[in-house]
Amino acid sequence: MAKYVVARAADIPEGGRRLVRVGEREIAVFHFGGRFFALLNRCPHAAGPLCKGRVVGLLESGDPGTYSFDASDRYVSCPWHGWEFSIETGQSYFDPKRTRVRSYPAGVAPGEEIVAEMDAEGQGGDTGGRRPGPYKAEIFPVDVEDEYVVLTLPR
Amino acid sequence: MTAPVVVSPPETRETVGWTGTVIDADVHASLTSLDQVKPFLAPHWVEFIEDRGFHRPMGIDVTYPPNSPTTVRDEWRPGDGRGAASDLSLLQSQALDPWGSEKAVLTCYHAVDSIRHPDFAGALAAAINDWVIEDWLSKDSRLVASMTVPARDPFAAAREIDRVGDHPQIVQVLMGVRSDRLYGRRDWYPLMEALIRHDLVFGLHYGGTADGPPSPTGWASWFLEETVAEVQVYAAQLTSLLAEGAFQKFPDLRVAVLEGGFTWLSPLLWRIDKDLKGLRRDVPWVTESASELVRRHMRFSTAPLDRMPVDELARCLEWLGTDDLLMFATDYPHGSAGSVATLLEAAPDSMRPNLMAETARAFYRLG
Repeated sequence: MAKYVVARAADIPEGGRRLVRVGEREIAVFHFGGRFFALLNRCPHAAGPLCKGRVVGLLESGDPGTYSFDASDRYVSCPWHGWEFSIETGQSYFDPKRTRVRSYPAGVAPGEEIVAEMDAEGQGGDTGGRRPGPYKAEIFPVDVEDEYVVLTLPR
Repeated sequence: MTAPVVVSPPETRETVGWTGTVIDADVHASLTSLDQVKPFLAPHWVEFIEDRGFHRPMGIDVTYPPNSPTTVRDEWRPGDGRGAASDLSLLQSQALDPWGSEKAVLTCYHAVDSIRHPDFAGALAAAINDWVIEDWLSKDSRLVASMTVPARDPFAAAREIDRVGDHPQIVQVLMGVRSDRLYGRRDWYPLMEALIRHDLVFGLHYGGTADGPPSPTGWASWFLEETVAEVQVYAAQLTSLLAEGAFQKFPDLRVAVLEGGFTWLSPLLWRIDKDLKGLRRDVPWVTESASELVRRHMRFSTAPLDRMPVDELARCLEWLGTDDLLMFATDYPHGSAGSVATLLEAAPDSMRPNLMAETARAFYRLG
């Protein structure tokens, strides 16, 4: 696994999302409830762009005409066919055993910490598990006081 | 030169070469004249019938045009003044005995659901039930039966179910596939609750209210269109039951599709299962696939069997995904059963005993 700095936290406001590229992967990063979530931008059904999907709460029912809604449990609804995937785990709602979209751990780290780790590893080093992502050149000179969105992906 | 028209005689156990048990899931008792049920009607209803010159519900001739070959096979018209399937001896000699049926599910469809008079509909339904019990069920222990209800009024239907639903030979409530409200809708809960209360099957059968157009989108010109279009109505009712969550609301609900065929089922389920994935938020109570729900809660009579090459029929059976969905039916005296010999040839070994008897035995709890 490797860590990639993909955005400044401030660039993705609460309720927002941003499409980022890490190598050849397109990843949809969502910011909800003060947390960041990352899903591969590719619906397992027909490859729809999940980054453009609505983010909806969990709607369940135990009986026709009754509704149980949990706004804090978020699902991305694919813009093409409406399939729902947990923003946290990537699992589908309707077929959790067989259908899921790849999800990745997304976290926020202060710039100072990232720079300190990179310094320890050597610039561009790939040895400590965390390596510089595509935002490296833009970000670090701007403000190391900022917080950054860091994805953990298989290499 | 034209080829001669060959009409094959009705099939029997011998002609299809079946030596196992047979349960016939759909045979009919036909009411030729209301005189047959007058003994079971209160005097004021007898006077009502005579006073008004009421002969029969208008829906019966619409649903089953009297002289159509789909209504009665020629061989089964007695030709002695009696109506086809109008008494027990005809049923015995023409359907039960030739097939050696251990049990048969008897249905008297008399289009009571085409009667708008709420009280007469209830009285006629009750009279038909009493006639079926007295003149048929009590005289042949092979028979179990569907009961008739005044289906336009779910509360009145529930009362009739409570009246006769516990009779040991009543196993099913007959519901015409054409209704003014789709059967999944909550308006029907009183009826559903009653049939669950008495452990009866919801028997979705050809026919129903004749008020609306017979196709889901307008009036047909010809009977051909009408009889073929009925498949679309079955599909609409099945979809309604699934989408409205009838099987979640009533986990013990059993629905039999009678005289509806089954070759249309798999493509419909593929479509529902596909669309449900994206539209499930509309119907969040539907937590299982349509295929799973149908396999658990529904069974289908084999008539009318579509005509197709045996290998294509075999594929169609494979698509069902289970050996336990189809129930053999002669559909006596209707001329629509199709070739049971072809069906048996197409069915895998593991399906045949279920098809011919065991699926119906378990579904109708025939012991």
